[in-house]
Amino acid sequence: MGELRLMKGNEAFAEAVIRAGADGYFGYPITPQSEVIEYLMAEKPYERTGMVVLQAESELAAINMLYGGAGTGKKVVTSSSSPGISLMMEGISYMAGAELPCVLMNVQRGGPGLGTIQPSQSDYFQATKGGGHGDYRLLVLAPASVQEMSDFVPLAFDLAFKYRNPVMILSDGVIGQMMEKVELFDSIPRWTDEEVIEKNGDWATVGKRPGKERNIITSLDLDPYSMEKHNHDLFAKYQKMEEEEVRWEEINTEDAEYFIVAYGSASRISQKAIELARAEGIKVGLIRPITLYPYPYKVLQEKVEKGAKGFLTVELNMGQMIEDVKLAVKDNSKVEFFGHVGGVIPTPEEVVEALKTKIIGG
Amino acid sequence: MELTADKIKELVVKPENKVYTKTPLLTDKTLSYCPGCGHGVAHRILMELVEEMGLENDTIGIAPVGCSVLAYEFMNVDMQEAAHGRAPALATAIKRLWPNKFVFSYQGDGDLAAIGGNETLHTCNRGENITIIFINNGIYGMTGGQMAPTTIPGMRTSTSPYGRDVQMMGYPLKMTEIVAMLPGTYYVSRQAVYSAKHVRKAKKAIKKAIEAQLEGKGTSFVEIVSNCNSGWKMTPVKANQWLEENMLDYYHLGDIKVDGKLVKEIV
Ligand SMILES: Cc1ncc(C[n+]2csc(CCOP(=O)(O)OP(=O)(O)O)c2C)c(N)n1
Ligand code: SF4
Ligand SMILES: [Mg+2]
Repeated sequence: MGELRLMKGNEAFAEAVIRAGADGYFGYPITPQSEVIEYLMAEKPYERTGMVVLQAESELAAINMLYGGAGTGKKVVTSSSSPGISLMMEGISYMAGAELPCVLMNVQRGGPGLGTIQPSQSDYFQATKGGGHGDYRLLVLAPASVQEMSDFVPLAFDLAFKYRNPVMILSDGVIGQMMEKVELFDSIPRWTDEEVIEKNGDWATVGKRPGKERNIITSLDLDPYSMEKHNHDLFAKYQKMEEEEVRWEEINTEDAEYFIVAYGSASRISQKAIELARAEGIKVGLIRPITLYPYPYKVLQEKVEKGAKGFLTVELNMGQMIEDVKLAVKDNSKVEFFGHVGGVIPTPEEVVEALKTKIIGG
Repeated sequence: MELTADKIKELVVKPENKVYTKTPLLTDKTLSYCPGCGHGVAHRILMELVEEMGLENDTIGIAPVGCSVLAYEFMNVDMQEAAHGRAPALATAIKRLWPNKFVFSYQGDGDLAAIGGNETLHTCNRGENITIIFINNGIYGMTGGQMAPTTIPGMRTSTSPYGRDVQMMGYPLKMTEIVAMLPGTYYVSRQAVYSAKHVRKAKKAIKKAIEAQLEGKGTSFVEIVSNCNSGWKMTPVKANQWLEENMLDYYHLGDIKVDGKLVKEIV
């Protein structure tokens, strides 16, 4: 069993970054995730593992530091919250275009604009449908516990390098700020320079290797036919993600007639709501997407095929993931939304009430 | 005997007749620059130095957005292409993660002084151990000749068609003097490449800049006052004359900071 600690989600993430063998963290402070860089600076990983930690002058600089670092084949990571992630979007699009691996943490807060420092899930569209310009996808993981704030870090690095694509961990202010028991994984050593060259030397700028092709990192291609091909190649990669990387969790779904679909902190609230509803004899289960892209459409379709009577999506926004639920369910069952925004957190009782009025009785 | 091109080649191109060979660190791709543009010369001296100093396999360069966006097609070393203005941020991470590599950014004036002004300042202020080559042609060449922060007063561009009016459009920004004032920079110089004499001096300055990085001294920064004959709407010859008569009055050539100390009064 790994080391047990009581930690904030943000701290667990920061510790996991060190343990995952990251080579560089570049970030800019913003609530509710500043604990990440504070923890890293206090921990001095540059002494522990040799990892670089740098407070950038802006999120714009931070994401471009990631671009440069990722372009050299090393493991780089940043974290921010909604407004800062918006500022990074140009760089994220460039990284997707240049096929660079990296890990991006968004501890979401409410918007639009400067919004609020309170928790939110209103960056779902931004994370899963684009955000930056151009046709691209991020792999998006949604942690629902402090444990997953830690566990998803090595997973995100594995996926980022497997697909040479940015991976976003889409968290929120609840998961980032709350404290829970977490079992920390054993440290994974950082790659040596020789290992980086061996693993990534065929594409990364590690300095020209005698007798080998030099490497160029770019998202630019002025020839329309080869740019079109690049887009097709990217989409072939996304297709593979859709086939191989869909992750989700089901709770109490075996006998369920109704389903709540929720991720992240909303799924924790919904889990409690299901307990309350079941105590009243309502056969309801929870489907928790863990990857928001690729999305578990098939899981929902299977429930429809087995006669599901309705789906309630619960989100801390005005209803964003519901569009994906509708894409899966189509007109074959009922789909409704319940949520709060602006930092207001739904209660389990409200969720049960919404289930009764919007799905069962509605 | 008929003197065909091939025949001339055969007669003339002999090792003993050769006085100059292109460095293999420039690829055989035809440069995308307009004939007469200073970018090509700047590429050449930089790559000659990388070769002469034995850094071919230990160099990571960064191309900007600007006319030199395709620099990676011509500079035959490992290269990254940055978003507009962000080359110093890339360089920061690359150098910190690979401290034994020679890392340079190559940036235009719009890139370095306008959209990337903040990255330039903070990278120099942190004293990142990198080398910045700054091509100042007083204009946005790539996008068709718009005003840059470096456009000199009265100069006509497509967005200052009646000449730069400093009351309305602000004053030309001397980034090189600004970064020289920051404690993080170790060597700061302003050079030009419009004549053989200037090319030789510029090459010496870039060599000093590379040496500073190899010795781990902090940021080295070389501005090259260059021309944009297309954007300025002049012949290459006229552009070089105009550069000498107008740009150099505003942008004085020479070392500004050597061994971490200002060697010139900043005006
Ligand atoms: C974010 C962004 N804004 C604007 C542009 C358009 N753009 C491309 S190059 C350029 C100016 C380049 O001028 P400079 O850096 O002086 O380089 P030069 O072409 O003169 O060498 C601009 C505005 C862009 N590519 N990206
Ligand atoms: S537009 Fe100007 S800067 Fe660009 S290649 Fe032509 S002359 Fe050079
Ligand atoms: Mg320019």
